[in-house]
Amino acid sequence: MRELDAGRITEAVARLCVAANLRLPADVTAAVEAARRAEDWPVACDVLDRILENDQLDKGLPICQDTGLACVFLEIGQEVHIRGDLRDAVDAGVRRGYREGYLRKSAVRDPLLDRVNTGDNTPAMLYTELVPGDRVKLTVAPKGFGSENMSRIAMLRPSDGVAGVKRFVLETAEAAGPNPCPPMVLGVGLGGTFDKCALLAKRALLRPLDSHHPDPRYAALEAELLEAVNALGIGPQGFGGRATALAVLIETMPTHIAGLPCAVNVNCHVARHQTEVL
Amino acid sequence: MEAKRVSAPLSREAAARLRCGDAVLLSGTVYTARDAAHRRFLDCLRRGEPLPFPVENAVLFYVGPSPAPPGHVVGSAGPTTSYRMDAETPALLRLGLRGMIGKGRRSPEVIAAMREAGAVYFGAIGGAGALLSACVRSAELICYPDLGAEAVRRLEVENMPLTVVIDAAGNDLYELGRSAYLAQRAEANGN
Ligand code: SF4
Repeated sequence: MRELDAGRITEAVARLCVAANLRLPADVTAAVEAARRAEDWPVACDVLDRILENDQLDKGLPICQDTGLACVFLEIGQEVHIRGDLRDAVDAGVRRGYREGYLRKSAVRDPLLDRVNTGDNTPAMLYTELVPGDRVKLTVAPKGFGSENMSRIAMLRPSDGVAGVKRFVLETAEAAGPNPCPPMVLGVGLGGTFDKCALLAKRALLRPLDSHHPDPRYAALEAELLEAVNALGIGPQGFGGRATALAVLIETMPTHIAGLPCAVNVNCHVARHQTEVL
Repeated sequence: MEAKRVSAPLSREAAARLRCGDAVLLSGTVYTARDAAHRRFLDCLRRGEPLPFPVENAVLFYVGPSPAPPGHVVGSAGPTTSYRMDAETPALLRLGLRGMIGKGRRSPEVIAAMREAGAVYFGAIGGAGALLSACVRSAELICYPDLGAEAVRRLEVENMPLTVVIDAAGNDLYELGRSAYLAQRAEANGN
């Protein structure tokens, strides 16, 4: 059994919170550049140029002021023993990263009644998974709510089929319109239960934007949906144009004979996440 | 397109000269306010108290900036989604609020109240908070410090790049820009 001090998890989470908010993954920048090259509408070109300028400023400021809820994904090897309280260690990392990185604290303690800010952006939205091996893989994906609020889930009927999935994804993009700071990224979950489906959609947002579903039929559906979303005309910031979305990423899992759960987690062009392995 | 220079506070006459789709460089004084501050503004009005900022001809910026690191007046400062302030906005427009900076659609009620008030809705680029931060010359907290990022601040801005999304006549770029693009695209495809 490998021993791992929880303090190392705190340090990694703190580093990742700052890194994720200050710089975008290379695949995201490449996708915005590709969208700029493919754009044929002047207003849209201007918006994409400004977005690229913003992402390359490098003045020690977060790319976006909404530095999000801290979504922390841990893949924990079954042969690791973590010394200390894991939940506390992760929250301590979020607290330190958001303070030291001058990141915005956007968490409220109670969702409905008090809505008082927790003051340190805790608690983390923590997702843990046990995997083979003796490593711990940490991913921090700060999630802004301009886009999160536009996300939707539908418990489709099996007979709704591919057409039903396409319709729901397009309706979601249409309803989102200018609100989630397009160009957006759409994570689509298919299958599982109500909750697993939503999680699939969230996990899809961790994939590189130029990656494809391993099943070529779903890879083709990702391409087809992206094309269809980019034919809506919403465009960057909703001012009109081609680049409504940078990517559509589908994740699938088995489900019940009676169901076809379909979740769409909407993300913005600030598609942040950073990973470390301990 | 050549950007129009606009100053804030914004008079009714100056607002009337702006057209949906115009590129604008805004300079002057704007006040930050988002969800929680808007709820408190309305509480003020219900109690018959004055608002904590001069609302006549004012421009509100829907933003909760990130904390300012040393050497910066403000952290990242891009717009938040405006529809969450729709319920409180008509009351402010009736008091003379002349401009709003945000992103995303507004309700028919807000657009109707804007037409009556001769007010303009500007879009700032969502997700370009670092770039917009560079336009802020000074930031001063004026009320509700307990709200943290949501407190109301007076910002002096210079040449802030904005787009007129909804003009005082109620024209909406989210509808018109999109349909113009789609019409061009249909023509290019020869149908
Ligand atoms: S939707 Fe994304 S880009 Fe827009 S404000 Fe929120 S985090 Fe920033």
